[in-house]
Amino acid sequence: MKLLNHATAYLAGLLLLVISLWAGLFYVNMLDEIYDSIDDGLGNQKILVMQKAAQDSTVLRQREFEAGYFRVREIPFTLAIHRKDQYRDTLMFMQNEQDFEPVRLLTTVFRHKGRYYELSLITSMVEEDDLIEDLLYSLLWLYLGLIASILVLNNLLLKRIWRPFYHILQRLQHFKLDDPQPVPVQPTNIEEFQLLNQTVEKLLQQNVAVYQNQKVFIENAAHELQTPLAISLNKLELLAESQPLHENQLLQIGTVMENLERLTRLNKSLLLLSKIENRQFAQEADVELSTLLQKSLADFEEQLAFKDITVELQLEQEVTLRMNPDLATMLVLNLLKNALVHNVPGGFLRIQLSVSGLVFENSGKTDQPLNQEQVFTRFFKDDSSTASTGLGLPIVKAICDLYGFKVQYDFRQGHTFTVTF
Amino acid sequence: MKILVIEDEPQMLETLVHSLQQEKYLVETASDYDSALEKVTVYAYDCILLDINLPGGSGLSLLEELKKQQKSDGVIIVSARNSVDDKIQGLELGADDYLPKPFHMAELHARVKSVLRRRKFEGQNLQILQNLQIDLDKHLAWVNGQEMVLNRKEFDILLYLVTNKDRLVSKTALAEHVWGDYIDQADNYEFIYSQIKNLRKKLKDHGAQVEIQAIYGIGYKLVTA
Repeated sequence: MKLLNHATAYLAGLLLLVISLWAGLFYVNMLDEIYDSIDDGLGNQKILVMQKAAQDSTVLRQREFEAGYFRVREIPFTLAIHRKDQYRDTLMFMQNEQDFEPVRLLTTVFRHKGRYYELSLITSMVEEDDLIEDLLYSLLWLYLGLIASILVLNNLLLKRIWRPFYHILQRLQHFKLDDPQPVPVQPTNIEEFQLLNQTVEKLLQQNVAVYQNQKVFIENAAHELQTPLAISLNKLELLAESQPLHENQLLQIGTVMENLERLTRLNKSLLLLSKIENRQFAQEADVELSTLLQKSLADFEEQLAFKDITVELQLEQEVTLRMNPDLATMLVLNLLKNALVHNVPGGFLRIQLSVSGLVFENSGKTDQPLNQEQVFTRFFKDDSSTASTGLGLPIVKAICDLYGFKVQYDFRQGHTFTVTF
Repeated sequence: MKILVIEDEPQMLETLVHSLQQEKYLVETASDYDSALEKVTVYAYDCILLDINLPGGSGLSLLEELKKQQKSDGVIIVSARNSVDDKIQGLELGADDYLPKPFHMAELHARVKSVLRRRKFEGQNLQILQNLQIDLDKHLAWVNGQEMVLNRKEFDILLYLVTNKDRLVSKTALAEHVWGDYIDQADNYEFIYSQIKNLRKKLKDHGAQVEIQAIYGIGYKLVTA
């Protein structure tokens, strides 16, 4: 829900409450005033009737209301004594409405020539149910009118006022660390927005600076480590070619070279991890996973054959992912390498690809499930695989994290790695 | 064949020069931007090995300079940066190849030979070694004019070893060249041995005058019989 409408929702609730309370009060007060007015009128008529009765005795013979608005009945003194003016509501059959309608009735007692008479006066009353209905409708219209006005106000005026805020939001939404495109700041007179603009600007600049520094650091680290590694490796290669050397010496050179190569792999993998985590693989393209899987399997064909591993590839349908092609290759290759390196001779490898995800299941040196948490941490190794860098699965995890995929390990018929897109 | 090595790291430079001289190339060197610029302006080289990080300027601007001067020297960028951006930029500026450090000497020689073949021999794609003939385009090999049937990997191995004949080629270098860079985390390279074994048998059956020697603990070497 948008901020503006959120405020409107609260306002609508509050308005409903206030208007209801106000309506109650208003109704009670109005009714009070109406009674007051009607009773005043009845009081006046009472005086008028009594004055008329003093001059015209036919008035005293008006026993029923019929054509008039009053009736007079003679009552004994005993009943007349202590009687006060009495106002009350009652119902009367109205000819025009053909229905009983509420009327106000004033009953009073007066004395004429030593006799006591009871005088009843009526006047038409306000119909309360009609009044309430009218009031309700009016209020409903008022309420709807208010809400409509607020909505219009929000959408025209407030939207204008909040425009700098939405502009900042948009800037943040489209901001990319690896591709910081300067979006012009929208000038505003509102202090809070000015502050927000400045703060965001400062924060973004700091982040870009830190990111750039880190990028430079990574590149420098790569340079600083790779050159000595290159020199050492190449010198050893030259040494191995120089004649004559004993088998024993060659073997030792070979061992040193293997270790240097391992160091190189470690360095490369660590750099790759940092690069992924720093989102330095920006270019994206549509990657066809089944093609990639088949190509990767072909690359590993000899190794799979050498270890006599049965490969079962299940491609349910073509899956195309929008991601960096190098990272897609890295993801598949690392999963494949993992399944190969930790496999046993004569083992199996099952790969399933569907729209929802990619599953690698392989036999392993142990039939015990591995630690689900630790399997993706850096340098986690089962003791038997000295040649692996312990960085393959962390790379898989980093790539999955980057694209919002979920990767998890569990043990079914074999060690199973599931990537959910 | 004249090769210019532009590299600021003295030991790296020395190793490169040493290894290239073994292949009987005429090697010249430059270790900073200015001397490199002077050399490429004055002389023509068949191949230039170019480091990107140089004192006094970037190797990429040297490439731009070469392009401006309309020089047709073959260029292989040798960089420790291994950055995709550098690679794309370098190739766009007319470099022939990009080789990230660290690399195996065998790989460097293969790349240099490939550049020379394209530049100097107008893409002459027939390699001949004794009675062995290899057609790089058609991926075919003959011994004494008789075709030797090889699968794709066997062909690649043979070609790589022939390119590096009489040199020691480590198992890793061979694996990375033939199976791609990503092979690097495979637990061992024993699987290469079975491929080599098949290749040896085929060479022997056809009476080839070349032989693949195993260098204990390190790799292989192809020698002429």
